Amino acid sequence: MKPILEIKNISKKFRIRHEHQAYLSLRDSISGLFSAPFSRNSKEVEDYWALKDVSFDVYPGDSIGIIGKNGAGKSTLLKILSKITPPTEGRIISRGRIASLLEVGTGFHQELSGRENIFLNGSILGMKRKEILNKFDEIVDFSGVEKFLDTPLKHYSSGMQLRLAFAVAAFLDPEILVIDEVLAVGDAEFQKKCLGKMEEVVGHGRTILFVSHQMGSLVQLCKKGILLQHGKLKMQDDINKVVNQYLNNEDSKKASKLSLEKEAIKPDDNQIIFVENTDVNGIGRVEFNHDEQIIVDCALSLNNYNPNLEFAISLYDRMKRRIFTIHEPLHKHRQNNLAKFKIVLPANFLTPGNYSWLMCITHPGINYTEIKDDVCHFQIIDNGSVFSKYEGADYGCVFVDYKVIPN
Amino acid sequence: MEYEIKPVSKLSLGLKELWEFKELFYFFTWRDIKVKYKQTFLGVIWAILQPFMLMVVFTLFFGEALHVQTDSNIPYPIFVYSGLLLWNIFSSGLTNASNSMVSNAGIIKKIYFPRLIIPFSSILVALFDFLMALLVYIGLLLFYKHPVEIKILLFLPIGLLITIFTTFGIGTLLAALNVKYRDFRYVIPFLIQILFFLTPVLYPVSILKSSWVQNVLMFNPMAGAIELLRASVVHAPLNIQLVAISAITSMVLFIAGLFYFRKTEYYFADLA
Repeated sequence: MKPILEIKNISKKFRIRHEHQAYLSLRDSISGLFSAPFSRNSKEVEDYWALKDVSFDVYPGDSIGIIGKNGAGKSTLLKILSKITPPTEGRIISRGRIASLLEVGTGFHQELSGRENIFLNGSILGMKRKEILNKFDEIVDFSGVEKFLDTPLKHYSSGMQLRLAFAVAAFLDPEILVIDEVLAVGDAEFQKKCLGKMEEVVGHGRTILFVSHQMGSLVQLCKKGILLQHGKLKMQDDINKVVNQYLNNEDSKKASKLSLEKEAIKPDDNQIIFVENTDVNGIGRVEFNHDEQIIVDCALSLNNYNPNLEFAISLYDRMKRRIFTIHEPLHKHRQNNLAKFKIVLPANFLTPGNYSWLMCITHPGINYTEIKDDVCHFQIIDNGSVFSKYEGADYGCVFVDYKVIPN
Repeated sequence: MEYEIKPVSKLSLGLKELWEFKELFYFFTWRDIKVKYKQTFLGVIWAILQPFMLMVVFTLFFGEALHVQTDSNIPYPIFVYSGLLLWNIFSSGLTNASNSMVSNAGIIKKIYFPRLIIPFSSILVALFDFLMALLVYIGLLLFYKHPVEIKILLFLPIGLLITIFTTFGIGTLLAALNVKYRDFRYVIPFLIQILFFLTPVLYPVSILKSSWVQNVLMFNPMAGAIELLRASVVHAPLNIQLVAISAITSMVLFIAGLFYFRKTEYYFADLA
């Protein structure tokens, strides 16, 4: 079988100008003569390779997840694939119609009605007028905004706009679909609906290239993965292997504790001063056995105290799935505008894997401050659980303490 | 269907591709017309009102107060409106087209389609306004019971074509330059104002006594376009030389604009 896309030695170079003006202008060259006659060399132009020598093949029906940190070249690759910007070197041979979805609602106009925007956006995405007419009812149905179809878009909530935009995109019918991180927005329910729709698309043998930072949806949607690092192709394999490689690489760099310098404590605010995962002896650790208790040592400064304040802390796994949340009222712990306490997590609770916390101080129903996301990483190691023989398989986030009763 | 994406090497007009995207011309034009008159009380009437008011003002000042000689007994309102009709396509088409790439930067950076569609459909918007304004012209001719020669059916389309080619040429050129140098955003209104006085809208070409000024004027394609339209209402012989030079100049501008645009469009997404 011939590949539907052959990406051959693609490179893309950008010129970075080290100067302050955002735009090029004729004046720059004139004023430059007067303002800095002796520092003309400071306006250096630097070449930056956003992509360097990337090659891979895509076969019909493939669903490929493209993974990499910000600036790794993911978006540039998608832009080249969708012909928005040409490569500096290399070439791509394509044997099918590519539709790209780098943004939901491209070309949406605030003054036009929902109905008009469906036609405009559909047409910009490459649908024919007839196609849009045929799918119009389905699109409206999927978006769930039929009541507001003739209202100008500017009166829509941002969620509604997103629904409408995604609904149009969901009915694109190309051979190859290129999607940038477009699901990062929107509520969970709608995200699920979109993922479902995309899975359906993959199921129909359509080829998909998908960029996302949400490893969960990548694994769910894609079979193969590509890892980009500093513009180079680092790895190409089964999606699970690529995700693991990427996460292991990331996790090793992350800090295991959170602590604030004394000087950084503000006299008029509530702050998280210190959080660390420790073992029962109070020693900070990054790795825990699965049958060990984990103690989260917390210290907060409450210089803007209010009896309703709570400390909220949620645990996430490496796929960014939220596992649980704890809300701890702070009035119980307050002493001299400080709150110090320990949260004890039971042994035999979390399954092996990497975890991180999200925490904040909240005034329920009013506001929340001091959000710390993706902090205090730790890892659970299987110390001989009943699941140890399934190592590497995904059997959930928690061990459950259950009973089986003979019947 | 097999095609290649590779570094830009040869220049092609990509007419086949433009044809594939023909519906997008319609949608962009339709969007711009819709948006233009959204949330206005008078709506499309503005397209009629604007040239009409201009005509009234010019008639009061140049026709009545300054007695500009129109070298025929044609009523000044008809004289000036013949000029305004085509001039407005040029001025609003040029303004729209020049700013079109920058104002659509959001779309350009996120999706591919032949970029030429954007400045072109912004000129089509100006043509829509022209059709509206044409109604006033017809009304004006009827009001003054001014006889029109049959040759208008030939002269008006040719004049229109010269106008469109000129607008398109300068428009795409400025649109492409505007992406790279935002200075052009300030140059354009200024340029249009100057060109207005260099174009025989308010006055006939014959009013210019100096022959070298007349010669310079010949290279303004809008002069020829307006001359064509006026010749069919003025009952004077057509200045063939002027029209021919205008036609050629407009073609040159058209080709120059088109090629410069095509040559630079690949990098719009990186610069916009």
